[in-house]
Amino acid sequence: MLNRIRVIEAGAQTTVQDLGRFGWAHFGVSASGAADPLALRAGNLLVGNAENAAALEMTLVGGAFEFENDALIALSGSDFGAGLPLWTPLEVKAGGVVRCGATRSGARCYLSVRGGLAVPRVMGSASTHLATGVGGRVLRAGDVLPVGDTEVRQPRRAAGPPPFSRSAPLRVTRGPQAEWFGDELYRGSWTVSEESNRMGLRLRGEPIASPAGHMLTEGVPLGAVQVPPGGQPIILFVEHQTTGGYPKPANVISADFWRLGQLRPRDQTAFESVTIEQALALLRAVEEWLYSL
Amino acid sequence: MMASVSTQTLDPIQIRAASDRSLLVGFGEEISPEAHRAVRRLTAALEHARGISNLHPAFASVLVEFDPRLHTHAQIERLVRESLERAPEDEPPASRLVEIPVRYGGTDGPDLDDVARHHDLTPRRVIELHSSAEYVVSFVGFATCFPYLAGLPAELATPRLASPRRHVAAGSVAIAGAQAGVYPLASPGGWRLIGRTPLRLFDPAGEPPPLLRMGDRVRFVPLAEGEC
Repeated sequence: MLNRIRVIEAGAQTTVQDLGRFGWAHFGVSASGAADPLALRAGNLLVGNAENAAALEMTLVGGAFEFENDALIALSGSDFGAGLPLWTPLEVKAGGVVRCGATRSGARCYLSVRGGLAVPRVMGSASTHLATGVGGRVLRAGDVLPVGDTEVRQPRRAAGPPPFSRSAPLRVTRGPQAEWFGDELYRGSWTVSEESNRMGLRLRGEPIASPAGHMLTEGVPLGAVQVPPGGQPIILFVEHQTTGGYPKPANVISADFWRLGQLRPRDQTAFESVTIEQALALLRAVEEWLYSL
Repeated sequence: MMASVSTQTLDPIQIRAASDRSLLVGFGEEISPEAHRAVRRLTAALEHARGISNLHPAFASVLVEFDPRLHTHAQIERLVRESLERAPEDEPPASRLVEIPVRYGGTDGPDLDDVARHHDLTPRRVIELHSSAEYVVSFVGFATCFPYLAGLPAELATPRLASPRRHVAAGSVAIAGAQAGVYPLASPGGWRLIGRTPLRLFDPAGEPPPLLRMGDRVRFVPLAEGEC
């Protein structure tokens, strides 16, 4: 039966996200997609969707959502005070409301619904790129989102939270200009600035010595740690620019991308250097947990 | 850890890991026609290659992103080298000439007078110089289909603004250092704005390709009502 979700309260910054828009970086369009892809994928798998289905991403303060018909949903990521268990499939009755509030842990919470959100795809993806308006905009009270019928398997049992640390140092591999830098990045702790957004996480701490080198603008990937002349690092995030001219001592590993999406303004973080082989072993552990759902 | 694949030529290509899911392929440290051709060749060769999730061409490098669950850095390095060997050296993709109509000065180009003063030229002369040159799109990048244009007359090279504007209108025609460009969408920006085009470079609700693509030749054509 056709189902729809009505936005009663939008929250601080609620958007539709899937895993992103790939294949357009040579036109300057970055992937966007879920800030915490682990939570999005897990939520979708729990309700029986393909892991790339479109779902709601809430940031810092969640919204309230009314379901026109019976639905099967999952909440994943951080606890936004909905009074419902996370990481588990939940039944919502017709007319039921899921009401989230301010976060009690990290920056993002996802609401996945069985069948996925049936919103138009732009360049092959339903994800919202806030900075450019590609794929839509931030949701507002009164918006109505149709639920699709793209479920691919039976719903799963409760999973429990992923068995990975949220507070350990962020693991990074060496960036293209790593030899220009000393080890200052790895010494102190860094505070996430209020100016952070989906384009970049700006860090504040003891400034890193500006490397004496000239570089041409080059392509930059998700998770790149770039250091402008002021010495305060910026981690390029899901809506990052596709090219940039600041040197990059390090790059956050794929297995820790999800943790970037859970960092809040004023959170403390630190960096730990790993090899690419270690990064791939850590990624395998994340994938194995997902495939165990 | 990188696979070393033998090539007969004296190979000026630098390949290194940029992250656990990307390789940065460099063709030297200079902006040059040779580097631009190599960037275009590799981008064209890999555009539809299986296993590549994103390509980021720039002045003298291409960042190649892939899914590390499916491919190793060594496999992608081999694919890059084989693609470069296969792509014919002397047949770059055909380049188009695109004309961009521009209203110069006034609210469309708030920095035109400053640029003129900076070089001790009249605004009319700045317009003449800017619109008489032929540019080449070095690459499209930064934030959403921004074309980086080479070919700005040396007399017009102007430093960026000391502090970027919070809002630059879509279609703004701009210069920064020795580069020229056009803002496809409204955004913050630190380039000097000398005019604005009514053309739509990119439609956020549509599909790329954007109006200007890597390798295109570009001319700016003054619109009568924008003349000073």
